[in-house]
Amino acid sequence: MTSTHLEPAGTQVRQPILQARNLVKTFGRVVGLDGVSLDLYPGEVLAIIGDNGAGKSTLIKCLTGAEIPDTGELMVSGQPVHFKRPQDARAHGIETVYQNLAVSPALDVASNLFLGREERRAGLLGSVFRMLDTKGMRTKARQELTRLGISTLQDVTVPVENLSGGQRQAVAVARAAAFGSKVVVLDEPTAALGVRESNQVLQLVRDLRDRGLPVILISHNMPHVFDVADRIHIQRLGKCAATITPQSHTMTDAVAIMTGAATA
Amino acid sequence: MTQQQTAGPPSAGHADLAEEFLDRQTPLSRIRNILHRYPAVSPALVLLISVVVFGLLNDRFLRVENLSLITQQVSVVGTLAIAQTLIILTAGIDLSVGAVMILSSMVMAQLAVNNGVPAPIALLAGLVVGLAAGALNGFLVTRFRLPPFIVTLGTLNIFIALTLLYSNGATVRGSAMPPLLTWTGTTFPVGPVRISTGVVVMLLLYIAIAFILGKTAWGRHVYAVGDDKEAARLAGIAVSKVLMSVYLAAGAVLAVGAWIQIGRTNAASPNAGVDLNLDSITAVVIGGTSLFGGRGSVWGTLLGALIVGVFRNGLSLAGLDVLYQTLAVGVLIILAVSIDQWIRKVKS
Repeated sequence: MTSTHLEPAGTQVRQPILQARNLVKTFGRVVGLDGVSLDLYPGEVLAIIGDNGAGKSTLIKCLTGAEIPDTGELMVSGQPVHFKRPQDARAHGIETVYQNLAVSPALDVASNLFLGREERRAGLLGSVFRMLDTKGMRTKARQELTRLGISTLQDVTVPVENLSGGQRQAVAVARAAAFGSKVVVLDEPTAALGVRESNQVLQLVRDLRDRGLPVILISHNMPHVFDVADRIHIQRLGKCAATITPQSHTMTDAVAIMTGAATA
Repeated sequence: MTQQQTAGPPSAGHADLAEEFLDRQTPLSRIRNILHRYPAVSPALVLLISVVVFGLLNDRFLRVENLSLITQQVSVVGTLAIAQTLIILTAGIDLSVGAVMILSSMVMAQLAVNNGVPAPIALLAGLVVGLAAGALNGFLVTRFRLPPFIVTLGTLNIFIALTLLYSNGATVRGSAMPPLLTWTGTTFPVGPVRISTGVVVMLLLYIAIAFILGKTAWGRHVYAVGDDKEAARLAGIAVSKVLMSVYLAAGAVLAVGAWIQIGRTNAASPNAGVDLNLDSITAVVIGGTSLFGGRGSVWGTLLGALIVGVFRNGLSLAGLDVLYQTLAVGVLIILAVSIDQWIRKVKS
């Protein structure tokens, strides 16, 4: 463990769920990531902040398989992994909620939760006629929402476009958190939301953490970050400038580190 | 910190939700929500009303022979409209459906009549032509990322030219064809009415495609791709594969349409059905399927095709000139699209 990486309080030998070591990613002559390391422990919210062009998005894309790092290692539960596409990361339990809300507006909540991993009926109807188990998927969707403590989605048969922005975000988060995922990555989850809806989403993030699911949160919104994060990874000029906690530093400190006016 | 606010207990969340639903429920928005969830409701109402009105205007309209005639009149367009629905659900449009059908029907007829190929093999060859045409459209749309409108505008002309080159502009008469090719034109009695085999084939196709679209993962992916391509991709759906399979499926449906067309007109003519392109789009649009993709159903399309058929038949029975039929269809299209736009406002 290098000294810039703070351990979460009260842990000695906990194994990080997701580890990145010295990730480098260049785009032509532009260096997107310049040797970035990161650890994500079970049951924590790790926020990633940084100015535009600091490498936040590139870092996230490398962690979720949307980009392939030039050099560097990724490990899930201590095992080295190589993601070539987002599906590879998903197969390892890393689910991402993208900024532009990857939900299908005209499909209902249950269909969205199961989109891309639909379940078929048992027997001939499923194997020969490929018939979907709509009822079963709806029941499971309800169970999964209850398990995740998402109370804003009462009816799983409602088309997503009939929902409010916060509820839609809840659908996207639920899909990421459901079905045995290990890590949930949220890219600017509150960017397009009002105050009340933002608070719903932040509460959802806390609930996920309390259920032991680690969350990586990318956000520009400092109050939101300081509200929910356990640790804050600050990107600056393609490097990790510092990893701080809301207890050790103030928002002003964080902004100073982000802009290079101070060091941790 | 103004933003900081402890999240309320779950009960507060419920209250919020109840509030949201309260200001949403006006009678008009309730109707809109119903239409939104069941897009086939409005064409069903239009069909019901128009049947009643035309029945009152002319007592010949509701006779079973006349109703059977209407179904025969819509059997070809109704089949092409299935293919069109598949494409439009993916937010595309296919201007080449009529041309593909004619090319396929010419291949079926010529192989059987001029080249002495056995009828089942001639039918299969027609199916291959339909699939190949679909593959070409799908390839251009997925690989070169060209807009479907442009792709099918191009292939429309290509397929028309190929048809004329292949057939030398000559019509093949049904009397020269083996019975299997014109089988779709035969009728069988059900009680007092004679039902056309082609209509039954079309209805079976509707049932099959409705099942596939509504009850299988592939069908759901078609909707998801049409709804929001990027969201579908991020959900792990292979968008290009889905699009390709949609164009292939449409090509296969068009080949069946070619067979129905041969039976219906008792001929295979290179000059038939050029206006069928627009008629198929009309049926889809009146049937409540959104041109923006992701919303609609083939049952709506069947209703749309029947509405056009009922209007044309009813207006001509009422003694109106064919020009007024066309005018009425035009008004229907604009009404249907306006309703669709209104329904889509549910989003806000």
